Amino acid sequence: METQTKNIMIVGVGGQGTLLTSRILGGITQEAGYDVKLSEVHGMAQRGGSVVTFVRYGKKVAEPIVEEGQADILIAFEMLEAKRYAHFLKEEGAMVVNLWRIDPITVVTGAAEYPENIVEELEKEHKVYKIDAMKEALSLGNSKVFNIIVLGMAARHMEFSKETWLRVIENTVPPKTVEINKKAFLLGFEGRE
Amino acid sequence: MSKKKIMLGNEAIARGAYEAGVKVSAAYPGTPSTEISENMVQYPEIYAEWSPNEKVAMEVAIGASISGVRAMASMKHVGVNVASDPLYTISYSGVNGGLVLVAADDPGLYSSQNEQDTRCVARAAMVPVLEPSDSQEAKDFVKYAFELSEQYDTPIIVRTTTRLSHSQGPVTLEERQEREDIPYERNITKYVMMPAMAKGRHLYVEERLEKMAEEGASMAINRIEMGDPKVGFITSGIAYQYVKEACPEASVLKLGLVHPLPRKLIEEFAKKVETLYIFEELEPVFEEQIKSWGISCIGKEIFTRQGEYSANLIRRAVLRQEVKTNPAAGVPARPPILCPGCPHRSVYSILKKLKIHAAGDIGCYTLGAVAPLSVVDTTVCMGASISTLHGMEKAKGKEYIKNWVAVIGDSTFMHTGVNSLMNMVYNKATGTVMILDNSTTGMTGHQDHAATGKTLMGEEAPIINIYHLCKAMGIKNVVEVNAFEVEELERIIKEEVAKDELSVIIAKAPCVLLKSNVFPTKCKEIPEKCVKCGACLRPGCPALTKTPEGKITIDQTMCNGCGLCREYCKFGAIEEVEA
Repeated sequence: METQTKNIMIVGVGGQGTLLTSRILGGITQEAGYDVKLSEVHGMAQRGGSVVTFVRYGKKVAEPIVEEGQADILIAFEMLEAKRYAHFLKEEGAMVVNLWRIDPITVVTGAAEYPENIVEELEKEHKVYKIDAMKEALSLGNSKVFNIIVLGMAARHMEFSKETWLRVIENTVPPKTVEINKKAFLLGFEGRE
Repeated sequence: MSKKKIMLGNEAIARGAYEAGVKVSAAYPGTPSTEISENMVQYPEIYAEWSPNEKVAMEVAIGASISGVRAMASMKHVGVNVASDPLYTISYSGVNGGLVLVAADDPGLYSSQNEQDTRCVARAAMVPVLEPSDSQEAKDFVKYAFELSEQYDTPIIVRTTTRLSHSQGPVTLEERQEREDIPYERNITKYVMMPAMAKGRHLYVEERLEKMAEEGASMAINRIEMGDPKVGFITSGIAYQYVKEACPEASVLKLGLVHPLPRKLIEEFAKKVETLYIFEELEPVFEEQIKSWGISCIGKEIFTRQGEYSANLIRRAVLRQEVKTNPAAGVPARPPILCPGCPHRSVYSILKKLKIHAAGDIGCYTLGAVAPLSVVDTTVCMGASISTLHGMEKAKGKEYIKNWVAVIGDSTFMHTGVNSLMNMVYNKATGTVMILDNSTTGMTGHQDHAATGKTLMGEEAPIINIYHLCKAMGIKNVVEVNAFEVEELERIIKEEVAKDELSVIIAKAPCVLLKSNVFPTKCKEIPEKCVKCGACLRPGCPALTKTPEGKITIDQTMCNGCGLCREYCKFGAIEEVEA
């Protein structure tokens, strides 16, 4: 069991399923006997805006948010959001980046430009693991499970066993989607055969 | 063995109501309070409803309380303004069965039009307030609030904030306490607030607050956690967690009862510590009272009145630590936007083309204020679109509003818009009101209302037909149109705005996120036909992107197939493909 409180952030674009991912994380940390707090975003900010979810677990957790320079793992469902929140990472922290570009409205209208070479720039300063999870999800026949593939990749850097992850996923996702979500998780966790 | 479950703050509040034996719950959806009611329906012992607005919800709970059962109303902070009329007076009457109002404040404005502090309303209404600091306390405090309500004959406000309502933490579940209903007895000096009776009750209310302030010193929800006597914090709610995170060694007076303040306990704590900090989000409610008692303390001199607090705020302001923040430069902002396939985008693209201004309202469609749509000019509060348009006409004459409309959603129209429309009829207005009817309360995550045909508890319900409602008010020009039929909609808007008579245009199309609403096709670009004119980008759909060569690509995973971009492409460069 970890002695220090662990801080995880999930960042993305409203509607990408950060809530489901954080709930799985909440479930697994509780099952491991930790005190856990999660913090989510609902309402207007969820409509295509930049969203961030925090998960903190440890012996005793006080505040539910992760602050700048404190995150052990940053899970980014979109590249620009990885860049936006990169400064929340600890020096020794790691990020998992989904190689998906979604233009914010400021880019669509031409008011701003989508930065180039985001991942290459991030790799200069941080430990970065990358995956094109949408492509992988489509290969499984369901674009929606891309987030669970990314979670699976992040799970490689956490202490919980494969069996526990699968059990918690089974208990958290809608019953009809259990099998596809398990498959998606394993794809991220173990990589391609 | 007691069962532990990870619960959202709002879920825990609903659980608290269940365990406290609540029988009636009423609410209007509003972030961050919505999930309280959504979680209430899992308990068959509770009757739970969406009321058309917060005033009605409050009054439903009041009626249930007078009849002798425990009742709860829940709403966001600005909803408390709508409910303040009954709230201020039920404070005088007091209760029969326990009565609790859960008010959810939104420091940081995640989804609100202002950052008001409900504690200020509570002080003016002379209603006691409890403030929990995590999910477990959210449940426990709601239960305790019902006890206090009956003990002190008062409604109680349980104040939560976005961070608490939308954070999850472990909660120990307990059994529901079934309670005998308290018999109702006619008592007009308590339940009929006319001047002679209210005078007497006002005296009682003052005594009640004094008694509670006195007895608050021994309530377990107010506690001193003595640590290092050099530094002391008085704090409450989620702010307490930030103190524990940044200064685990400091002395803390944690207040659960935040109005009225337990003065004796505060004086006792102030004597024990060298430097006293008051750490409260939003308004200096504690601070001003504590300073007025001659106690020296530091508060808003170093802590802001705006936004959410954090442990880093204490590290910087109190511990004088340098907190490294190094955000990347050149990251374009990503504000919220209308979803791909949203019917509001269709309506706004036409209004934009016709250079029509919109007096706006509260809902997803408020997002029509920003580029590239830039149609909405004003947004105040629920229902205000219609009345502000009316005010403009009365100030400047009917010609002035020939390039204006009011836009309001179906749920907001049923909330308070209907009153404003009555006013337009009565006072002979000539403006045009557009009801953007997407068959749901969209922004808060799809709640039913009086015009959808379903109740909160999932039962079939009579549908209040908006068209017939407008007709029944005597409005001659009421037109219904599919929001995606752009040519027809454009023709109707032009026609109705030009009239010297009041018109209502009901632009109908279900919210694209409703599960029942799936377009059978998607839109796909045909690169050979694209002339890079950018016309399809004008409505601002986030599924469309310009490639480095200036051509358009449509993200197939994001496209919902509404076809609006296809309508805008004059070169046939966007085709309809199977989803």
